[in-house]
Amino acid sequence: MNVVVCVKQIPDPADPGALDPETKTLVRSGKLILDESDSYGVEMALQLVDAAGGGEVTLVSMAPNDEQSGLRTALAMGAAKAVLVSDDALRGSDSLTTAKVLAKAIERTGQPDLVLTATESSDGYTGTVPEQIAELLSLPSVTFAKSIAVDGATASVQRQTEAGYDDVQVPLPAVVSVTAGVVEPRYPSFKGIMAAKSKPLDQVTVADLGLEAAQVGWAGAGQEIVDVSEAEAREAGTIVEDDGEGHQKVVDFLAELKVI
Amino acid sequence: MTVGKIWVFVEATDGGVSNTSLELLTKARDLAETVEGVSVAANDVAAAAGAHGATTVHQVDGTDGKLLGPAVAGAIAAAVEAGTGPDAVLIATSYDGRDVAGRLSVKLDAPVITNVVDVVDDGGTLAGVEPIFGGTTNVTTRFTSDKPDIFLVRPKSFAAEESGGAPAAVSGLSVPDLGATGAAVVTNRFVEEQTGPSLDDADIVVSGGRGLGESDKFEMVEQLAKALGAAPGASRAIVDAGWVPYSYQVGQTGKVVKPNVYIAAGISGATQHLVGMKGSKTIIAINKDPEAPIFSVADLGIVGDVHKVLPKLIEALQNR
Repeated sequence: MNVVVCVKQIPDPADPGALDPETKTLVRSGKLILDESDSYGVEMALQLVDAAGGGEVTLVSMAPNDEQSGLRTALAMGAAKAVLVSDDALRGSDSLTTAKVLAKAIERTGQPDLVLTATESSDGYTGTVPEQIAELLSLPSVTFAKSIAVDGATASVQRQTEAGYDDVQVPLPAVVSVTAGVVEPRYPSFKGIMAAKSKPLDQVTVADLGLEAAQVGWAGAGQEIVDVSEAEAREAGTIVEDDGEGHQKVVDFLAELKVI
Repeated sequence: MTVGKIWVFVEATDGGVSNTSLELLTKARDLAETVEGVSVAANDVAAAAGAHGATTVHQVDGTDGKLLGPAVAGAIAAAVEAGTGPDAVLIATSYDGRDVAGRLSVKLDAPVITNVVDVVDDGGTLAGVEPIFGGTTNVTTRFTSDKPDIFLVRPKSFAAEESGGAPAAVSGLSVPDLGATGAAVVTNRFVEEQTGPSLDDADIVVSGGRGLGESDKFEMVEQLAKALGAAPGASRAIVDAGWVPYSYQVGQTGKVVKPNVYIAAGISGATQHLVGMKGSKTIIAINKDPEAPIFSVADLGIVGDVHKVLPKLIEALQNR
């Protein structure tokens, strides 16, 4: 079974960056890392391919500046190869454009049995890309998967709901978005890290995918930012050191608020 | 009025209508001359939708035992193509709402503005306000195409208020052939047992984070929640670590809560978390790191070890 995992390389969340006041684009500096949200999909894909007894995991990613370091992390975990779309024209791309680019990149890998994604990225968090990819590829989809089991040409998925979860059966090929935390992503071994350096990485441009620059990035976003402003800040509160009686301050405060 | 017609995706719940749907209908009344709903259970939601301003609810058939996204998006897109669609669609950031918005966006080849907490008039067109950087900055974005605007709106962005309207009329929307996209089938639905108030409705929420140290210490959060009649919640860090289920998660991913009182125990206050709780009326934080960002939003902050403060706090409350 062949599984494609869409992964995003993001700035370290410990350093969230800023908006460029001129271009209103997120300014990313420093090395990009594999979005932790995506490590669950990579792990899930590796487990499914193992269980199927054959096939491989292919990564698909879109990133500025030929960035590969996050992809190498996922390759070190065990993915076989990767497609990286890197093109200056992609700057400012919205979720729909991102999905169009990723869908084209997925098609470039051949015909996967399953496409996995995270439910949303940790830095952009629109949460619409998985479903957009599915629609672009005319595939069925299941979002917010807690678990996936594949039997022949069907996947059984537990899908998170407001009240609990649904058992969903979906014929393959399909797109499934994986909820964070549902599997334990493996740490790359030293051997894996060394092997990852020579695994195939197919780097392509927007033109290579048959898309035009005018369809992507700011030009293709179909929207414009009209205002950026400071949000209303909360008034500063009282911060006290616990001297062994900190709990009493909480009790007093709750009593003052008349909730106890 | 900014636009002529807004459609709201109205979601049914076991007990009736999703609160978020009612919030969206309420907001839509300020923005459009005509507000209508789209639902897979129009007859069940018509009364509540009407009471919140919808004149009509359009029924989307054929979703029994299916996921809703493809059919609802297909029906809305078909209406748009036929010239009977809306100027804008408001959809809640829910499990099904995101599916509908994503599918619809591709069908219309139109962008979605996501994580919206307000929809405003920007010189005669609609614009969405989205908080970024942990809610410290608001970005307002408008659409530049002539396609219908698609807004994916976060829960609790508006207060639901009745308009006193009569039950909405129910009409039908035709669903085009969905091909393979409609092939996912729901074979079973499981409702997780829940004791005490839910995160959505609780007057008090007590959340725990990585500062608890290990998974069995989450019991302290549950005990404190019980003592206060509160709902227990969690940061993404400990959900990802597998200490508690995803349904406990408060934050950007997970639930947005706005309780009367929010108590954060051992939570540093990552952007991801702050976005989900900073709308709480009062915030109490307990964390050993005085530099933790959670203290920047706290009305009362205790700089201390949760392992020392929480047991005493639980005991003091139980003794009252």
